[in-house]
Amino acid sequence: MGKYSLKINNKIHEVSAEAEMPLLWVIRDLVGLKGTKFGCGQGLCGACTVLLDGSPIRSCSFRISEVGNSSTITTIEGLSENGDHPVQKAWVQHVVPQCGYCQSGQILSAAALLNTNPKPSNEEIEAAMDGNICRCGTYNRIKEAIHTASNSL
Amino acid sequence: MFAKFLFSKKQDPDNRSKVYIPSRREFLKIGSLATGGFLLGVNFQCSGPKGEPITFAPNAYLILDSHNQVTLIAHRSEMGTGIRTSLPMIIADELGADWNKVKIIQAEGDNEKYGDQNTDGSYSVRMFFEPMRQAGATARLMLIRAAAQQWEVDPSECHTQNGQVIHKGGKTVDFGDLIEVLKQLKIPKPEEVSLKELKDYKLVGKDVPIYDAKDIAAGAAVFGADVDIPGMKIAVIQRSPVIGAKVVSFSDEKALALPGVSQVIKIDGQGIPTGLDKALEGIAVLADNTWAAIQGRKALEIEWDLGPNQTYNSAKQLEEMVKSTLSNGQIRREKGDFVKAQREASTVLERSFVAPYYAHATMEPPVAIANWKPDFCEIWAPTQHPQWARTAVATALGMPEEQVRVNVTLLGGGFGRKSKPDYVVEAALLSKAAQTPVRVQWTREDDIHHDFYHSLSAQRIKVTLDSEENISGWNHHTVFPAIGATSNPDELHPSDGELGLGCIDFPFEVPNIRIETHESKAHTRIGWLRSVSNIHHSFASNSMLDEVAEARGMDPVDMLLNLLGEDRNISFEGEIKGTFGNYGEPIEKFPWNTGRFKNVIQRVAQEAKWKESLAQGKHVGFAAHKSFLTYVACIVEVEKSEDGGLLLPNVHYVVDCGVPVNTDRIRSQFEGGAQFATSLATTSGISFENGQVQQNNFDGYQVIRMSQSPQNIHVHIVDSTEKPTGVGEPPVPPFIPALCNAVYKMTGKRIYELPFKI
Repeated sequence: MGKYSLKINNKIHEVSAEAEMPLLWVIRDLVGLKGTKFGCGQGLCGACTVLLDGSPIRSCSFRISEVGNSSTITTIEGLSENGDHPVQKAWVQHVVPQCGYCQSGQILSAAALLNTNPKPSNEEIEAAMDGNICRCGTYNRIKEAIHTASNSL
Repeated sequence: MFAKFLFSKKQDPDNRSKVYIPSRREFLKIGSLATGGFLLGVNFQCSGPKGEPITFAPNAYLILDSHNQVTLIAHRSEMGTGIRTSLPMIIADELGADWNKVKIIQAEGDNEKYGDQNTDGSYSVRMFFEPMRQAGATARLMLIRAAAQQWEVDPSECHTQNGQVIHKGGKTVDFGDLIEVLKQLKIPKPEEVSLKELKDYKLVGKDVPIYDAKDIAAGAAVFGADVDIPGMKIAVIQRSPVIGAKVVSFSDEKALALPGVSQVIKIDGQGIPTGLDKALEGIAVLADNTWAAIQGRKALEIEWDLGPNQTYNSAKQLEEMVKSTLSNGQIRREKGDFVKAQREASTVLERSFVAPYYAHATMEPPVAIANWKPDFCEIWAPTQHPQWARTAVATALGMPEEQVRVNVTLLGGGFGRKSKPDYVVEAALLSKAAQTPVRVQWTREDDIHHDFYHSLSAQRIKVTLDSEENISGWNHHTVFPAIGATSNPDELHPSDGELGLGCIDFPFEVPNIRIETHESKAHTRIGWLRSVSNIHHSFASNSMLDEVAEARGMDPVDMLLNLLGEDRNISFEGEIKGTFGNYGEPIEKFPWNTGRFKNVIQRVAQEAKWKESLAQGKHVGFAAHKSFLTYVACIVEVEKSEDGGLLLPNVHYVVDCGVPVNTDRIRSQFEGGAQFATSLATTSGISFENGQVQQNNFDGYQVIRMSQSPQNIHVHIVDSTEKPTGVGEPPVPPFIPALCNAVYKMTGKRIYELPFKI
């Protein structure tokens, strides 16, 4: 059992965990932030996506011991103060969610994409978002919402 | 005294489509709240599967408090269809509430309070549209009477809008200021209450965003696994790898040695038949966190007696099923004389169709929380059917139902999987055994390995053409393990209910029809998945019709319109050997109307520019299918990508679901339905070897990703005043054959087996 100091959403959290424990379970079970979802445990579906120093990672397949001391983690709760990040606003505007379970991961992947590529093409959106599965079938609205968010940046 | 709701534990498509007819008698009740608010309850008198009256106690659908807060109860489960928005908004619209300020709270599972809560079968809107209107209109009339009394004016001079009663002279009063007067009023008689006209609605028939959109986008929405209880342990279970397997012995020594693992508990599972609401045999590891529980499970050492299904191989069974369709089966519908038609035919087309098992693979794997105490067990679960969960938990624990409360969270997808309460029962059993709150967390592998699968299927269709190339005969053989076999292994044929889903309800004017079923056994848990046996029946029938049209040199759209004949109501009376379910509705109330079906077909051909597209050489395919009383026609266009992959540039749907309630959610269900169906057609499939599922996760059981999705899904909604019907399931069945027929245009190869690759 190791002690770790994690900077999540600009707040320091001290946790004790096994070195192999995936960040997902640290965030959900030890820190208690529930917006990050468990989908597959193998990095296949993207429901657990969080941002590590601004880049999307699959937290279910990322050990706590791999998180650098100076790294910052952003979960869906920390993307904006009041749920008003341009991507979140576009999600509400297009009423993207159906069940909503995968959307934390989708939104974080989309936000990371727009950070590095503010005007993505459809192909670039598909390439960036193909790791995030939505079983309800909201892919078309996700694509539209990303374009809307892109235009509002 | 109210008759107790007789709950049937055996769920199949027959009794899951129970009809609840609200009666006007004792329809509404009022009560006071401790907080001083006003409560309007809607009381449903319903009829059960056999028409017996079932009356429910009054319950809270609408609460108004002195702070002018209107609170509406959502009693159906939200799994992504938008029902948590669509039903309350009907009340709000009739009431004249300010929708932006309405609060929605989720009902717990309680059939005496809330009537039917089984969110399944695309029937929430169908069942509750009228009761919700009636409730809202009654409350509106009472508010108007209360205000008119205060103002000493005639009620007919008042109306409601945005949470206020307004007099034509300009006076206004907030709903919240009328509570004390309201409490003195009697509930108006039904004949005094008039419903708004459809054209006067401000929400019904419009795009209304879902209530939870902001919470979801902010990560604040509460799903099953998001509920925490102090002292709760997390359980992960090693379940029987083969259906019917039993634990011979096990060692928990290594698991208990791991940090965070606190306890290992054996669950005595149901043998064969497993039933639909029992826990499977397994060994549960309880730990302080999910990761520790998963590690603990890996360390278990279990010896299994794998039982009779250990040699089961699904490919082999499918081969035998296909072979069985070559012989005479049990006749389930007969019209005319197909044998004679075949004898006299100039052409006989005969094709065989197969489809695999499918898993639901909801993004949220099954999860449930139980907090057992000696005299009360409280549950939190993402369940489509909280009442069944309550009964199943009470039965498993040996407690009266009154001592079980089921709280419903948001569901991270349902598609039929979360009707079955097996995972809720697991949590309850473990909480009792451990005497501590427990959350059972299924991993994705658990979900793929232990689902209630959509059945694998084999079909053979023979079509005969006479000397003038008219269709003289239709002979459809279908074989698939029945849902009922999960509870009763002696059920070897599909039920009437399953056949009523796109098989025996073949609506076309063909003089000689014979529909036959064959025997097959269930070797796993079979359940229902979004549109159920319509999936494989529509695939076979609509693929066949396209091929027949080609053989006759006809346009398939023209051929279907022609085969439907005059606009009229049809029934299958005298032809169907068992009962025709009509999705639980009397056919007089919800007739099978060829005119409505022809209308969606004609309209989709216009919207998709069908003839022009064909003339331009576009690869377009067409299919139409009525299911869950909703009429749908679909045209899919396909192309090949530069690297030879399948692209779906355009999909057109026309849907006639009666009065459209929330047009945005109708569209979203069709967008999602097209994507769900694309997975069924092109990527997904479950297979068994040695009784065990061969796929583990989203690598083996693939569902489509964004780049594989249809690119533009155009949903055209028929502006109808007919009774509303559901839209959760109807998008799926016609899409698959429309896609297959389009792919044929591109590749020249017909598709007879799902999933297909080009």
